[in-house]
Amino acid sequence: MDGSHLQGGFADPAIDAARAFRSVMDAMARPGQIYTLQGAAPPQPISVAAGAVILTLCDADTPIFLGPNLDTPGIQAWIAFHTGAPFAGRSECMFALGNWSSLTPLEDFPHGRSDYPDRSATLIVEMPEISVNGPTLRGPGIQGSATLALPETVSFRRNHAMSPCGLDFIFTSGNDVAALPRSTEVI
Amino acid sequence: MSDYNFAYLDEQTKRMIRRAILKGLAIPGYQVPFASREMPMPYGWGTGGVQVSAAVLTPDDRFKVIDQGADDTTNAVSIRSFFERTADVETTTETKAATVIQTRHRIPETPLTEGQILVYQVPIPEPLRFLEPRETETRKMHELQEYGLMHVKLYEDISKHGHIATSYAYPVKVEDRYVMDPSPIPKFDNPKLSDCPAIQLFGAGREQRIYALPPYTKVVSLDFDDYPFEASKPNQTCGLCGADDSYLDEVIVDDAGRRMFVCSDTDYCEKRRSAGHRGRDAA
Repeated sequence: MDGSHLQGGFADPAIDAARAFRSVMDAMARPGQIYTLQGAAPPQPISVAAGAVILTLCDADTPIFLGPNLDTPGIQAWIAFHTGAPFAGRSECMFALGNWSSLTPLEDFPHGRSDYPDRSATLIVEMPEISVNGPTLRGPGIQGSATLALPETVSFRRNHAMSPCGLDFIFTSGNDVAALPRSTEVI
Repeated sequence: MSDYNFAYLDEQTKRMIRRAILKGLAIPGYQVPFASREMPMPYGWGTGGVQVSAAVLTPDDRFKVIDQGADDTTNAVSIRSFFERTADVETTTETKAATVIQTRHRIPETPLTEGQILVYQVPIPEPLRFLEPRETETRKMHELQEYGLMHVKLYEDISKHGHIATSYAYPVKVEDRYVMDPSPIPKFDNPKLSDCPAIQLFGAGREQRIYALPPYTKVVSLDFDDYPFEASKPNQTCGLCGADDSYLDEVIVDDAGRRMFVCSDTDYCEKRRSAGHRGRDAA
């Protein structure tokens, strides 16, 4: 430990988190639209956007699952210092962070119960890039249809079929963020 | 700026509310439980709306508050000044200029746009509560989409009054899934809920629930084939601006029982009057 995990939080936590949340909320409310996040400087290889999402939404109440590619002492120390979030396995987490291959298969994540569909995990998926060149999306938040590059389509179709239960996805790369809630149909 | 944290609430509370808002947006119409805090105002004065506003406001926002459509009532004035003091936000009474609008019981007449957020103050978020008092039962009814009781209630309206007499807090179905209470807005406003370009967030402080409608969400008012939903309003025009398309309040003006009808949306009425429109009773 060299103390570098003490760096890289929001400079002005209340204001930076407020601005970051608006981008995340806009992304969740408008699937297929890309927004930007800034203000976080997480350790490599976590993107600025994923770092900002974690600083904005995670705390001692939200167990995090780290994908095997990110489960290092340096990253654990950064998240623990800045958010106080405990680490957990797939089936106990509220948030998960990793690239797509480290998060799949999705079956073990909490998908919510039919009486409490909100008791489900949100997956922060690190992507090589966020782009709108991808499959067509339909659903709440989308006027007509939208498009978004996704790592695959089958898992998201299956996830939507379970709605109102299911997982919600936040895609991050560099400063970019986009989201795919369970309510979105992937065509 | 004051000595309070930005937007009054502490950061952990805001994170908890923000997580609930995201879940609400992902499951449109579903009431997400949240750990509502005591606010420096009594329940029933918008504690839910204020907590949602506090969680979404940034210093770049222009904030508007309306109470039954009016910008100048006690509730609206005090909530506006609360966030002027604690969040240092600009405020406005103009619907078009606002980025975040907190509302009690109205949707503005001026159509909302993509960049805007409408925050509703909600007294009783559970549309089935007056039909079934037990939370365990209403939760099961939502789970199973067992909404027959709501249709029975509307049917009883028809058998008693000859038409659906429910005139505010008129139940809606969201994306063919959840029946939702749109808060006590007049049913005149119900059509504006659907396919709205703005984000709509609902906060119920005492009942500890947050729910949401993302933009362009399908919202249908419950009705029957032979008794279709009607967005009714008094069959009058505004006494001040002459508008025949806005929701009207009936006001008693003297001891002899004389009355007039005026727009409930004060910003809409003022804009029309400054554009030269005059109603019957305008001086």
